[in-house]
Amino acid sequence: MDKPVITKGIDHFFIDVYNIFRFISRFFRQLFHPPFEFREFMRQCYFVGNKSLSLITLTGFITGLVFTKQSRPSLAEFGATSWLPSLISIAIIRALAPLVTSLICAGKVGSGIGAELASMRVTEQIDAMEVSAINPFKYLVVTRIMATTVCVPLLMAYTGLVGMAGAYLDIHLNEQTSLATFTQNAVTNISFLDLASSLLKATMYGFTIGVVSCYQGYNATQGTQGVGKAANVSVVISMFLIFIEEVVIVQLINAIR
Amino acid sequence: MKGFTPDIDWNETVISIKDLYKSFGDNHVLRGVNLDVHKGENVVVLGRSGTGKSVLIKIIIRLLEQDAGQVNVMGQEVEHLDTEGLRELRLKVGFCFQHGALYDSMTIAENLNFPLERNEPGMTAKERNRRIDLVLEAVGLSHTRDQMPSELSGGQRKRIGIARTLILRPDIMLYDEPTAGLDPITCTEINNLINEVQRRFKTSSIIITHDLTCAKATGDNIAVMKEGKFIVKGTFDEVFRENDELIREFYEYNFTE
Repeated sequence: MDKPVITKGIDHFFIDVYNIFRFISRFFRQLFHPPFEFREFMRQCYFVGNKSLSLITLTGFITGLVFTKQSRPSLAEFGATSWLPSLISIAIIRALAPLVTSLICAGKVGSGIGAELASMRVTEQIDAMEVSAINPFKYLVVTRIMATTVCVPLLMAYTGLVGMAGAYLDIHLNEQTSLATFTQNAVTNISFLDLASSLLKATMYGFTIGVVSCYQGYNATQGTQGVGKAANVSVVISMFLIFIEEVVIVQLINAIR
Repeated sequence: MKGFTPDIDWNETVISIKDLYKSFGDNHVLRGVNLDVHKGENVVVLGRSGTGKSVLIKIIIRLLEQDAGQVNVMGQEVEHLDTEGLRELRLKVGFCFQHGALYDSMTIAENLNFPLERNEPGMTAKERNRRIDLVLEAVGLSHTRDQMPSELSGGQRKRIGIARTLILRPDIMLYDEPTAGLDPITCTEINNLINEVQRRFKTSSIIITHDLTCAKATGDNIAVMKEGKFIVKGTFDEVFRENDELIREFYEYNFTE
């Protein structure tokens, strides 16, 4: 066996980073080459949406509702409860909607993709595609990464709407604010940059979930044990990277702002 | 014992392997393998588990790459094929996996249609359906058309695996442990099917097994592998006249006890 260059753990880390970059470059090379697996892409979009929609609806609504309830006492101290719609809309659109959506998708979709591809790897279904002269990377990986990249921003927009609905319900019940006033106040302080940065973040998070879970599943080893490991590691690494990306993107956006 | 096979062309070699070596780390799996398969011939590779039998056929179809040596399939050096060349090779060489490796999210008809649709885009749906019916009839499982792989028995899965390989009309078949884990009656059915495929579709085959009954029933020639190389080759009678400890153990275990 070759001796480790630094330590075994650090060597593995750098080998993994190198392999992930190769994986991403292979994705971009194959993305623009026909044949395009459009039907499989649509099927994956349906799965991504279908798997997460109910949980996102519930979580988004409760997030908006609870965040409003928690913020009210602080604003009430200054007699500024009329600022609640603005505060909530900024919080939801800038931070909560992209984060909540992507974390739910990392848990539900990422683990599903990781486990599915790993199971296909260990039962030789991926090898079976290769020997049938089918490109499994294009069929399985490109379609899934594209599906998460496209669907997470869409789900994020939906989370934002549902979150705002939760906030409106609480504000309407407590301050008797009309929908028109709530909407006007909520929209006033939202800039194009807020919307664009949220969209960018959600796209990045979707891409991250797709790449991490496909990489873990596609390269799974160790039989059935590897399936569980791939699902678990997909979620953990996706969430970890999402938080790091959040910090970096917020810094960049604030610098632009 | 298998009878005389009239269609073998002893002047035409379809697979030629010379001095093949393959290691995984310190584990030297293949240590100078030489093998010729003639047109229309069934060659059985016999050996204990872990001797490198499956590695050998995975190198032939380039699921694995050799460390040294030459693998020539139908006049082409497998190692030097580009993407398109490899695709063409894989259309000519069918690979049957040990556990069938059926796509478990697809019905049996979809499993068969999947490689056909991608590799023969000019075919109409009607023509594809006709081909699916033909191969299902050939393996005796026409009634499973709309079933899911999880609804089939182990033997049926293997037969569908063979059907999925046959659908692309290969010239060469590679069988990886076709009778492993099956009861004696199903083993006999699979052995008969392998011979039927050879006769009806004029294929040449390599059959990897440690089942002597399968070797006896399907092999025109048998090559016994021990510690990464062939120790004896010939017909069943020739091989089992050899006074080698492994061969004697194999024979006694399968036919005496």
